Amino acid sequence: MKERKDDYQERRKHLENMSDDELKKYFFELADKIVDPLVEMGRNHTSKSIERSVLLRMGFSSIEAKEVVDKLAENDLLSKGAGHCVYRLSKDKEMEIRKAGILLAEGEHIDYLKEVL
Amino acid sequence: MDLKPDKKLDIHKILDGLENYRPKRRGWTWRKKKTVQLGPFEYKQASESLKRSIPLPSASYLGGIDPQPDSVVTAEIASGRFEDDIRRFRMAAYHGADHIMVIRTAGQSHFDGLLEGTPQGVGGIPITRKQLRAQRKALDYIEEEVGRPINYHSYVSGVAGPEIAVLFAEEGVNGAHQDPQYNVLYRNINMVRSFVDAAESKKVLAWADIAQIDGAHNANATARDAWKVMPELLVQHAINSVYSEKAGIKPENICLSSVPPAAPPSPDLKLNLPYAIALREFFDKYKIRAQMNTKYMDSSTREATVTHVLNLLISRLTSADIQSTITPDEGRNVPWHVYNIEALDTTKQAMTGMDDMLSMVGIKDEGHLYDKKREIQERAVLMMEEILELGGYFEAVEAGMFVDSGEYPERNDDGIHREIEGGIGANTVIKRDPNYMAPVTAHFGHNNVEQYDPSAKEDPAKLIDGSTFEKPDKIQYIDELDETDNVYLRLQENEKYRNSDLVKPEVEWLADGVVTVDLFFPVDKKIAAEAALETGRRMNLKDVEVIHTEILHPSEGTRVQIKGRVDFDIDISELELPEEIETIPEDEIFTYVKENPIHVIAGTGGDDEHSVGIREVLDIKHGGIEKYGFNYTYLGTSVPIEKFVDAAIEMDADCIMMSTIISHDETHYKNMRKLHDYAVEKGVRDKLILLAGGTQVTPELARKNKVDQGFGRGTKGHHVASFIVDKHKEKSNHED
Repeated sequence: MKERKDDYQERRKHLENMSDDELKKYFFELADKIVDPLVEMGRNHTSKSIERSVLLRMGFSSIEAKEVVDKLAENDLLSKGAGHCVYRLSKDKEMEIRKAGILLAEGEHIDYLKEVL
Repeated sequence: MDLKPDKKLDIHKILDGLENYRPKRRGWTWRKKKTVQLGPFEYKQASESLKRSIPLPSASYLGGIDPQPDSVVTAEIASGRFEDDIRRFRMAAYHGADHIMVIRTAGQSHFDGLLEGTPQGVGGIPITRKQLRAQRKALDYIEEEVGRPINYHSYVSGVAGPEIAVLFAEEGVNGAHQDPQYNVLYRNINMVRSFVDAAESKKVLAWADIAQIDGAHNANATARDAWKVMPELLVQHAINSVYSEKAGIKPENICLSSVPPAAPPSPDLKLNLPYAIALREFFDKYKIRAQMNTKYMDSSTREATVTHVLNLLISRLTSADIQSTITPDEGRNVPWHVYNIEALDTTKQAMTGMDDMLSMVGIKDEGHLYDKKREIQERAVLMMEEILELGGYFEAVEAGMFVDSGEYPERNDDGIHREIEGGIGANTVIKRDPNYMAPVTAHFGHNNVEQYDPSAKEDPAKLIDGSTFEKPDKIQYIDELDETDNVYLRLQENEKYRNSDLVKPEVEWLADGVVTVDLFFPVDKKIAAEAALETGRRMNLKDVEVIHTEILHPSEGTRVQIKGRVDFDIDISELELPEEIETIPEDEIFTYVKENPIHVIAGTGGDDEHSVGIREVLDIKHGGIEKYGFNYTYLGTSVPIEKFVDAAIEMDADCIMMSTIISHDETHYKNMRKLHDYAVEKGVRDKLILLAGGTQVTPELARKNKVDQGFGRGTKGHHVASFIVDKHKEKSNHED
């Protein structure tokens, strides 16, 4: 940030008459305003790490999770959710969750998922 | 496995059956604050005493009491080998740690995914499932041994945060650092990615009831003038705390990592106290993790300790829900065993010593303290206003607003600058489609589960009959991936020192052989350092390094501490251990002496003027033999040897206690023999019990020099009284 002198005394004029409690309340109102768009972004986005963490919770090892997520990313399917892809395949093809994931890592049934999701 | 204090923890038993081990509980545990009565003292800011612990050294004068403060106390332990760290966990727990924080190996935050197995780390350990599980398992046993739950803690940062958070939840980790700002500012990980990942990580931490510590304290360590960054620290704490709460973490699990930014010779309290109050006033619904200052640490362990005691004063003047401890050697190496323990003892000593201080001393709400506090808060508010004016957090970081060396609003154009589309993991977040779905527990944000089962909205894992959080048997355990770098190879290398008779000095790793030597040379610093290195080499130390120098005077002298390695083993079966003087129960001594009055003649012998030791063994005030009812006549100092015997004859005494400190030219032993010879000459040797004591006296050598017993360093009245009673009985039986 560009160099500037300490202009605290001028900047603070509107805070001067606030009580300690009012100042604190205002501080957290500002914090909410800063944080809310970040939370909203988190709500509507995902990442490879998030998707791998979903697969871990579905019973895949770290190595398997990485393979599945990389394969789905290559095929632009992460926006559907890696767990979603595995779940859908397992449901539609009537196979165990783990089996579905391992097949996806090997590149099988990708086209099917692109079609149905 | 039931740990016994006199048995070492067997690392092999920890590693056995790990694939099926499940942590016995989840979530963070606070100490329960209560008033505790120990011996004659009442402690107000205390918690339940431990079943087993090592008290402070001075407790030996106070009946061995070991009061435990009310704050959770942290030990940060990471030598690079988790198997050695486990031994240190146990030592730390005995000294009062109930929060064990393991530092991650350098570079793990840039690793895109999870590591597995047990490779050795640098400045920390690689965090893997196996290492976490082994350490949690060890702590599950150790907490039983000491009788207090121990919180286990590591870091959820880097580009694999959500996966690490899941790992922590599954493996019973209780505390974690999580703060996306840390990624952005100090690890140059892309800010968008960091915040998106953080929301998921935090949601997982919330499910596992893990206490979260933020990363704001790093600004102190990074900023040029740490105290000028105070307003920004409030802003950083706010961003992470509010973000965490919105991601689902309850306020009482959100801990602000706060360091007193300044350290002496700056006026410590004048700078740090207003800040500590400003912070605690604004963030009163969250918890405070009081970290200690590392910014101004050099290689002097003494200086670091004093700074840390001042930090503890701030904690006691304000509050600390978690009291961190920084080892005083952190300024010169990765912490060694003994310094972790010193840091814990420093904390326990200072916090106990300042117990209930605020019932006597108040915080002023006017003058410098109030004005400065309010100013810090206002400056923080102004900074937040400008963040919003710039368009938001990302834009402010891009503008280089953070970690500038000017005290906000002053700016020096030297802040950390990051691009919204820059850094590791830039442009890697993906927008979720409307039908995006994740059938697992603790997933943050948009999750269209209803498309498959409207009843699974609150429990997405229902779709897969439970995730690993509900069904830990679904966890896939990987043992080792690297055949050339794992715990089994390391254990093999030093197996001969494990549960055997061979020992070697160590500072951090089993049998590392490292020793330190503390030297003084009457020369300047440059020459002293070289002379010290040469001294180490001539002492046959390998890899000698200077670890600390301190100028006492530019030309008169320098202190140098060196470290080096020894390459020999000690076989403990070949050691001759000093004999222990047996004691008999105090009640028995009282009764015996009452029924058989015993008269003792005492003094310091020959030309010896050192009377402190013998007074302690004699006087009732110091727990000396007088308290058991012995009658004694003190002849004073520098008593001629003959006079002891003459006085004993004259007063019909039973015993002579001669103190002899001077050991030059074996004077002490010569005096003992002289005492014996003269008693023989006078025909009273059989009647008298002759005792000699002093710091340089070895019992065996004393007996060789014809006295009945010798007493060395550490002797108490109880030891001497026990011996006299036993000997007196023996002599009486002979007479009978």
